Amino acid sequence: MSDLFRVEGLTKNFGGLAVSRNISLSMPAGERLALIGPNGAGKTTFVNLVTGQIRPSAGRVVLAGEDVTGLGAVRRVRKGLVRTFQVTRLFSELTPEEHVTLTVLQREGKARRILSRFTGHSDVAGEVEGILSTLGLLDVARRRVGEIAYGQQRLLEIGIALALRPKVLLLDEPAAGVPSSDTPRIEQALERLPPSLAVLMIEHDMDLVFRFARRVVVLAAGEIIFEGLPSEVAADDRVREAYLGNYAHARSVA
Amino acid sequence: MQVVAQAQRVPAPSSVGNRWLRDAIGLALIVAAGLAGYWLFPDNLALLTRVIAVALLVLSLDLITGYCGVASLGQASLFGAGAYAAGIACVNGVTEPLTLIVIGAVAGAAAGLLMGTIMLRAHGLAQLVLSIAIVQLFHEAANKASAYTGGSDGLAGLTVSPLFGLFEFDLWGQTAYLFGLALLVVVFVVLKFIVSSPFGMLCRGIKQDPIRIRAMGSFVFPVLLKMFVISGAVAGMGGALAAISTQVVGLDSVSFELSANALVMLVLGGLGSLYGALVGTVIFMGFEHIVSAINPFHWMTMVGALLIAVVLAAPGGLSGVLETITRSARRSKGGRP
Repeated sequence: MSDLFRVEGLTKNFGGLAVSRNISLSMPAGERLALIGPNGAGKTTFVNLVTGQIRPSAGRVVLAGEDVTGLGAVRRVRKGLVRTFQVTRLFSELTPEEHVTLTVLQREGKARRILSRFTGHSDVAGEVEGILSTLGLLDVARRRVGEIAYGQQRLLEIGIALALRPKVLLLDEPAAGVPSSDTPRIEQALERLPPSLAVLMIEHDMDLVFRFARRVVVLAAGEIIFEGLPSEVAADDRVREAYLGNYAHARSVA
Repeated sequence: MQVVAQAQRVPAPSSVGNRWLRDAIGLALIVAAGLAGYWLFPDNLALLTRVIAVALLVLSLDLITGYCGVASLGQASLFGAGAYAAGIACVNGVTEPLTLIVIGAVAGAAAGLLMGTIMLRAHGLAQLVLSIAIVQLFHEAANKASAYTGGSDGLAGLTVSPLFGLFEFDLWGQTAYLFGLALLVVVFVVLKFIVSSPFGMLCRGIKQDPIRIRAMGSFVFPVLLKMFVISGAVAGMGGALAAISTQVVGLDSVSFELSANALVMLVLGGLGSLYGALVGTVIFMGFEHIVSAINPFHWMTMVGALLIAVVLAAPGGLSGVLETITRSARRSKGGRP
């Protein structure tokens, strides 16, 4: 098994509407893949299918040689298939430190313990500090999340995902809603992701996509219309049609 | 001094040591208030013991509503399960008070397991309606099984043996009150540990965003069910205490009315804070006692007005108000309140 992660013929119909059609792609360890596409192309649906939030109508999701299609979202996370959210999902009353601590404890199966302290595990605290410092969040580690900048909240989303020690990481628009002055910090965080991790990133910011991705997949109207190098994507006729022209027309031509 | 306080406020909040100190002070206040009640109102110890029993019920409701976000209008099912279990055990010859409390806790926990299993299948409004249905079923069951529960006459004739073989449960209720106060303090300390454990943190996370918790790789149902069992044990101990102190168990201990009142007390005191549960219970029952003596016909109206005032003026409940005051006091003085 050379591929760490593989999706085969993933299809999802909502009633008569096909939002994902026969999507297949694979990622080796260390992959940096960007998934782009116009609005409504089905990118977030794809992430939801892959992570188990919704069940596919057909197709398979394979992680490290194991078919995880039948597993729920929680079990897939435990197998190492982790996502971040397009709209930040954090606990506004808790601090970044508490978020990451809870995640690390959860990963180690200690989060359900009643007679145990939340703080004071030195190994956990060390790991939490490591994650927060890689992301440049140490300064705000003990502020309530509701009080920190949105860009920092986006970084914390990534931090939580990393604390789960994923094999495959799906980043749903990591820079969405972040002011352009803060984008470099997100980019820096993405550069520092563990090299062996397979990363699939959905993103609209094309500068970020070109700097980050080694491979680009374009999704339009629920199917893959392009797969290749970042340098080739802008020249592809079908991609241009999808973004600029009438995609239905482009399909009938092709 | 002012400058230092200002500068410190920005980065780090209360450290761990600071939190310990705060909890120690809080606990000392509870003990002090309890003992003050003992010396100030020696003729009202039966009422004060009832307040403690209901405080345990409201604490148990706080665990699932305040910390997990599962609203319930049927919490008295768990209280009643504990009360009847202790009552039935007592009538059948188990008269040692600590054993009765344990029996109440076990029965409450079992009822909590059952109630949680049913309620957690649903969400939102349907969940709330289920909780009402459950308490009505418990009520009806206690009413129909009159051979064991005494039905609508209540279960009477409980004779509890002396505590540790030394302290009789006397007519003035001194033993019962001090026993109840000690029980409350122990339960409160244990709950403080539970809500600040990783498990407590997980519950707070589930309350705010279960989808995020799932994406962290944790199932939601078993965590909430566990809290229901803990909550049941606490409510059951409250019921057992009520049974021991009054030596009667009535149908009112599994009533919808008691459940609804518990929720009102919790909202009054403040959700998601153990202190809030205590403050709400004391204020509500104290208010009820005083106002119903002044005007026995319209006291509920007054309670309603008080509740509206609190909800509008302080949505965080009375404990939220206290916290705001202490926080602003700390800011202006630069020290502890």
